[in-house]
Amino acid sequence: MCGIISVVDRSGAVMDGARIRDALSMMDERGSGEGAGYAAYGVYPEFADCYAIHVFFDNIVETKAQVDALLQTWGTIVHDEEIPTYEQPHLKKVHTPWRYFFRPDPTLMTGTPSPEDDIVTYLVMKVNTTMRGALIYSSGKNIGVFKAAGWPEDVADFYRIQDYKGYIWLAHNRYPTNTRGWWGGAHPFNLLDWSVVHNGEITSYGTNRRYIESYGYKCTMFTDTEVVAYLVDLLARKHGLDEKLAVRALAPPFWDEIDRMPPKERELNRAIRLTYGSAMMNGPFAIVVAHRDGIAGFTDRIKLRPLVVAEEGDRMYISSEEAAIRRIAPELDRVWMPRAGEPVVGRVRR
Amino acid sequence: MATHIDAAGVHYTPLNQQVRTAVAAGETEIVLDHVLGQRFIADGLVGEVTITVNGVPGGDLGMFMRGPTVVVHGNAEHAPGNTMEAGTIVIHGSAGDAVAHSMRGGKVFVRDDIGYRGGIHMKAYHEKRPYLVVGGDARSFLGEHMAGGTILLLRLNATGSFAERGLASGIHGGEVFIRGEVDDRCLAVGAVRMPFEEEDRARIRPLVEEYCRYFGADVGAILAGEYTRIGPESTRPFAGKYTWE
Repeated sequence: MCGIISVVDRSGAVMDGARIRDALSMMDERGSGEGAGYAAYGVYPEFADCYAIHVFFDNIVETKAQVDALLQTWGTIVHDEEIPTYEQPHLKKVHTPWRYFFRPDPTLMTGTPSPEDDIVTYLVMKVNTTMRGALIYSSGKNIGVFKAAGWPEDVADFYRIQDYKGYIWLAHNRYPTNTRGWWGGAHPFNLLDWSVVHNGEITSYGTNRRYIESYGYKCTMFTDTEVVAYLVDLLARKHGLDEKLAVRALAPPFWDEIDRMPPKERELNRAIRLTYGSAMMNGPFAIVVAHRDGIAGFTDRIKLRPLVVAEEGDRMYISSEEAAIRRIAPELDRVWMPRAGEPVVGRVRR
Repeated sequence: MATHIDAAGVHYTPLNQQVRTAVAAGETEIVLDHVLGQRFIADGLVGEVTITVNGVPGGDLGMFMRGPTVVVHGNAEHAPGNTMEAGTIVIHGSAGDAVAHSMRGGKVFVRDDIGYRGGIHMKAYHEKRPYLVVGGDARSFLGEHMAGGTILLLRLNATGSFAERGLASGIHGGEVFIRGEVDDRCLAVGAVRMPFEEEDRARIRPLVEEYCRYFGADVGAILAGEYTRIGPESTRPFAGKYTWE
C-alpha cells in the first residue's frame, strides 16, 4: 500500500509545493515512514536548458571528485551546489543531496538522433553501477526530484518543498513491502523527462528487468518501480509510442477482449501484445507517469489498486484518494475513477 | 439536539474517540462536519445512533459496525461496510472499490456508482442477511466469492446491458439482481442465471422502496423493469481445483 497524489496545470501555470505536502501527508497511513518524495516540473527556470542532475552522495569527500570528473569528460558543469536541506527531528540525513546543472557535449556521442539524452542516460547508468557512494536519482531538464526515507511531511520540510514551484507535481508516500526502505528506493523514480510513482507491486519484475536490461538499462535501486521508469523511456522516447499505446503495452487488454475488437483495432492490439510481451506488467499497480508535456495515470487491468481522477479548471489531479485531492481543491468540476488499464492523460497546452 | 463535531484537521483516532464518547453518553444523533479523508469512521461501533458524515470520509467506513446508521453526504472511499454486522450505511454519492467487502449483516445503499469488486465475499449466517443496493453502475468482479446476502444493482442511468467481466466469480451463496440485461460472457466461474419471478420482484420491492426513500426516485418505474438474477451453480464451485476427491 502506498499513496499517490499528482497534479498538472494544463495552462502551464506554476504552483508551490505547500499543498502537495499537505495532501500527501493526509495519506500517511498508506506509508510506513520509510520513504516519501516529490517531483516537480518547471522548478529550475534559471537553468532550463541544462540537465538538472541530482545525486545522493554517501559523503562528498571521496566520490564527488569522481562524479565531477565524469561529467566534465562528457560536457560542462554550468553550476553545482548542495541541495538545501533543513534538519528534521524524525529524519536522519544519511546522504548528501547534490545538484549539477549540466550541459552535455553532443559531439561526443555518435550514431544517435538524441546524443544529449543518451549521454545523460549513459552517465546515470555509469554512476549508479560503478561509483559506490553516489546515486543519480533525477536527471531531467527543469525537473527536480526531492526524496528521502521518512514521512511525507518530514521529507517535504527537509527540502522546504514549499519553496519550489512547478506546473506538474508528482508525490508519493511509500510502504515498502518486498525490499527495505532507503533513500534511493523512495519514489518518484526519474530518468530524463520521465518520472514515475507507483502503488502496488510489479510481480513480473524479473521478466521486465531482463527485457529492459537487454536494451542497456541497469536496475540499481532494489525495487520494482525502477523498471517502469526505464520501460516508459524505452517505449515512449526511444520507440516513439504515444501515451495510450505505451500503456496498452504495459497493461494490455485480455486476449478475450482483443478477440472481440473490430478487425483493425484487434490487429493493433495483437501486435502490441506480441511485440511487447516482455514489457507487460503483471501484479497490482496504480501508476502515474509524468513528462514535461503532462501526466498519465493507469492501473493494472483488473484494478487491484485505487486511482481517482479529478478536474478543476486547468488542473487535473490523479490520486489514490479523493480526499487528498480535495485537500488541495475542495470544489472540483468532475471526479471519477478510470477503468482498469485505461490511461488518463492530462496534457499541458503549448 | 444532535452533537456536532468539527472534523476539520482532526486525525481519525481522536475523531472516533469523540464519537465513541458521545455514544457512550447516550447521544443518538451525531453530525460530523468537514470530514476529509478520515478512515475507519464508526468502526466497531455498537448501538442505536445516527451519524451524519458531511464530507468525503476515508476508507473502511462502518467496518465491523453493529447497529448504527451512517449517512454520508459525499463520496465514500474503498470498502464502506467492510465486515459490517448490523446497521445501515447510506451514501449520497459514489463509493470506491470493494464496497460491502465481507459484509455479514445490515444494509449499504449507494446512490451513484461503485468501483470494482462490490460485495466481494458477502456472507450470511443464521438470521443475518446483508444487503447492498447500488443506484448507479458497478465495475468488474461484482459479487466475487459471494457466500450469502443480496446485491441489487439498479443501473438507473445506464444504457445497454451489463458488460463487466468476472460477475459473481466463485459465487457459492447469495444472489445478485441486476436491472436490465446481462451479457452472457460476464458470468464467471460458478455463476448462473436464475429465473426472475414475481415473487423475486416482491422480495426486492422493500429494497427499492428504501432506496427511493433515501434518494428520491420512482419506485414503480424502477420495479417495473426487467431484472437478471444471478446465483451460485453450487456451494463448492472450486471443488476439485486444488484437491481431488
